[in-house]
Amino acid sequence: MPLIRPKTRSATDWHDYLVQRRQQTQVGALEDFFAGADLSPILPVAEAPLMALDLETTGLDPRRDEIVSIGIVPFSLSRIRVSERRYWVVRPRRSLSAKSVTFHRITHADIEGAPRIEEVLDEVFKALSGHLLVVHYRHIERAFLDTASRKAWQETLSFPVIDTMSLEARIHRQSWLARLRRWSGRPPASIRLHDSRIRYGLPHYHGHHALTDALATAELLQAQVASNYAPETPIGMLWS
Amino acid sequence: MEAELLEIGQHLGRFAPFDTLSEELLDEVASHVEVSYFKADSMILELDAMQTDLCYIRSGAVEVTRRNGELYNLLGEGDIFGHFSLMRHNKVRFPARAMEDTLIYFISEPMFQKLCDESDSFSDFVEVERPRLESTFEGQRRDNDMMATRVRKLVNRYPVMIEANATVQQAAQQLTEFQASAVLVLDEPGDQPRYSIKDSEGKVWQIIGILTDTDFRKRVVGEGLSPSTLVKEVVRRRLIAVQSDESVQEAMLCMLRNNIHHLPVMHRRAPVGIVHLSDIIRHETQSSLYLVNSIFDQPSAECLARMAPDVQAAFVRMVQDGADSQMIGKALSTIGRSFTRRLLELAEEELGPPPVPYCFMALGSMARNEQSIVTDQDNALVLSDRFDPAAHDEYFLELARRVSDGLATCGYSYCKGDIMATNPLWRQPLAVWKKYFHDWIEQPSPEGLLRSSIFFDLDAVYGDNSLVEELQDLVAEVAPQHKRFLSAMARNALGRTPPLGFFRTFVMEKDGKHNNSINLKRRGTAPMVDLIRIHAMACGSRAQNTFERLDDIDRTQLLAPGVSDKLRYAMEFLSMSRIRHQVIDLEHEQVPDNNIEPENVSRSERHHLKDAFQALSNAQKFLKFRYPLSQR
Repeated sequence: MPLIRPKTRSATDWHDYLVQRRQQTQVGALEDFFAGADLSPILPVAEAPLMALDLETTGLDPRRDEIVSIGIVPFSLSRIRVSERRYWVVRPRRSLSAKSVTFHRITHADIEGAPRIEEVLDEVFKALSGHLLVVHYRHIERAFLDTASRKAWQETLSFPVIDTMSLEARIHRQSWLARLRRWSGRPPASIRLHDSRIRYGLPHYHGHHALTDALATAELLQAQVASNYAPETPIGMLWS
Repeated sequence: MEAELLEIGQHLGRFAPFDTLSEELLDEVASHVEVSYFKADSMILELDAMQTDLCYIRSGAVEVTRRNGELYNLLGEGDIFGHFSLMRHNKVRFPARAMEDTLIYFISEPMFQKLCDESDSFSDFVEVERPRLESTFEGQRRDNDMMATRVRKLVNRYPVMIEANATVQQAAQQLTEFQASAVLVLDEPGDQPRYSIKDSEGKVWQIIGILTDTDFRKRVVGEGLSPSTLVKEVVRRRLIAVQSDESVQEAMLCMLRNNIHHLPVMHRRAPVGIVHLSDIIRHETQSSLYLVNSIFDQPSAECLARMAPDVQAAFVRMVQDGADSQMIGKALSTIGRSFTRRLLELAEEELGPPPVPYCFMALGSMARNEQSIVTDQDNALVLSDRFDPAAHDEYFLELARRVSDGLATCGYSYCKGDIMATNPLWRQPLAVWKKYFHDWIEQPSPEGLLRSSIFFDLDAVYGDNSLVEELQDLVAEVAPQHKRFLSAMARNALGRTPPLGFFRTFVMEKDGKHNNSINLKRRGTAPMVDLIRIHAMACGSRAQNTFERLDDIDRTQLLAPGVSDKLRYAMEFLSMSRIRHQVIDLEHEQVPDNNIEPENVSRSERHHLKDAFQALSNAQKFLKFRYPLSQR
């Protein structure tokens, strides 16, 4: 299967995109979201209001699979504010497969009384507004939220994120050291969430709970910046 | 759906002091923490910064230092820090630095206050005013052995029994014959006897009641009944009994509730013995008392040597019954003294009476009544001044040899420093001993005292006690006047320092070195004993026991208020740790020693040991300040 690279925007492109969408959108929640996310690309990461986001889904294909739960935890480089976390479980249209049940530890009973994604989307975006989102592997979070937005509001949706997997790739996939390693025939270092955390001495968490993974992602970004970037690094250099 | 972060709560719940919190409170803490990552070598708390949170180490390692940069503590996963500053004006007093990449959970001050308010065990753990050690001891004392020990342990023989158709005279004869004070009364079995027993011929009997000494007085003699009265006519047909697996405490309560002094102990329906109220009262010290009694019944040194396993068993039993270090130290010293005494009696029986009066003197831990199960013999002979070496020394050398060899076979190994009565230096008349002590005290050299400091714990074991008491008086009177002597002793006492504590699987030394085990005697109890001895000598105390010395020190203004309590708790904890680890060794059929390995140390013990070492370290600093080296 050929690797399809989604379109990426540069720092200034993101800024223009957000300004434009704020003016055009017909959805109240998105207007707030775009206004709040209108963060200057030169804002130092240490001052940025960050929000770790993780979605658990029924599978990896946004056209066929659906969101099952959403976890968010606001943080800064110095503190992850666990008490302000939010968590939603939503009811997908297609029933959960046994495999994804074991994967997410969310059961049919949990989902039975849960709302549809459209019913909570407003609330989710209100909670996200004003923050720069941080995810591990942006192609899941961005694509599934886009799909949900199209269904709920008939609007496409994109937004800048700091992708901790992509920051890891810069070091372990694109650096000259990584190339040397590849050239010498050794397998590339894994940049999955858990494996990346181990490199920074972060503890092992039981993954696949949207809140735990959001927390794990926030901790990873703190560790990555502490190890590889100055706190003054502009967010425009980190987002994608 | 619960929006809990299980990762946080579950981790906190595994570590003290969070492990004692209710689920509800634990959830609340977990959902309010703030998290932060610190790269190795970065500062977590800067000196004098405002402190607004309690810090909990989720992963990594943290070094806490003093204001002057000296290492104060090394902490790892599950440890907390910052609570001292949090409770005192919120300025960081002990800066903290990440030694490895570290993840910290911050617990806000209001949440910290709430935990202190709502959980006693939490506030006990963090509170400075009431040190942790102290509260642990009170806790231990509260659940002492009476709750844990089962009543069957107090039963030492099968009950005496008699048929209901026997006469009271026969019953009285039966009691006298068996030296018992109560007899169970048996009758033909009824329909459904509550308690019954099958005799050797297979016949089943019903137990209908108990007849005691008191019953004979009140219900037989007092009523003027004839000796031929049948037992069944006087016995009360009401039997109060306990099951053998009830606790000693329950048995005692049962006696008090029913106002009885004899309590039959049953295994299901069958009697296994009768417990008397005095058995329970005697219970705490009983095991060692019996041992001492039987030491004096032994006819020879060989028989004494066979009792060594009993000493170990009594030791293990005392620890399991929840005795404290003073009870254990005293019991083991009493046992050691009894061995010594019996060996001297046996020697005198064979060698004849001594040609001049003497006193056999115990030194070191036996003199202090702090003997442990791992001990060697330190002793000496103080002879009357009428002693004439040419005429009498042959006798006393033989006496000393028999005691020393005898003790060695009983498990008290020979003194490596040759401080034993077999050494002619330490087998001298009182006048020579006085000169020894005057020399040590008036012309002290730390090197000389290093060898002889053991002589400053001294006590009479057998013979003419006044000989040793004169030496104790001499020390109490002369020592306080010689500050150079005290300084020299202080210098020796500072030679052995405690470690910082434990970290993961090794012992942390102050200089940052690691060790795999720690000798709790050399690094804990012995330096503690040394420093308390100096303070005690400085205030003219005649006490030999460390705790009694602390009592004497308390009556002076020598130590700041509260300090001696801290030392007492630290000493008790160090001693008990050492004792507990010796029991672990014995239970694993290993030769007990004074070492403990960090992997055998529980988490709470680790915290307390750290506190105890800290108390010792502070006390050593004070000693150094009080007796500066320049005074030599």
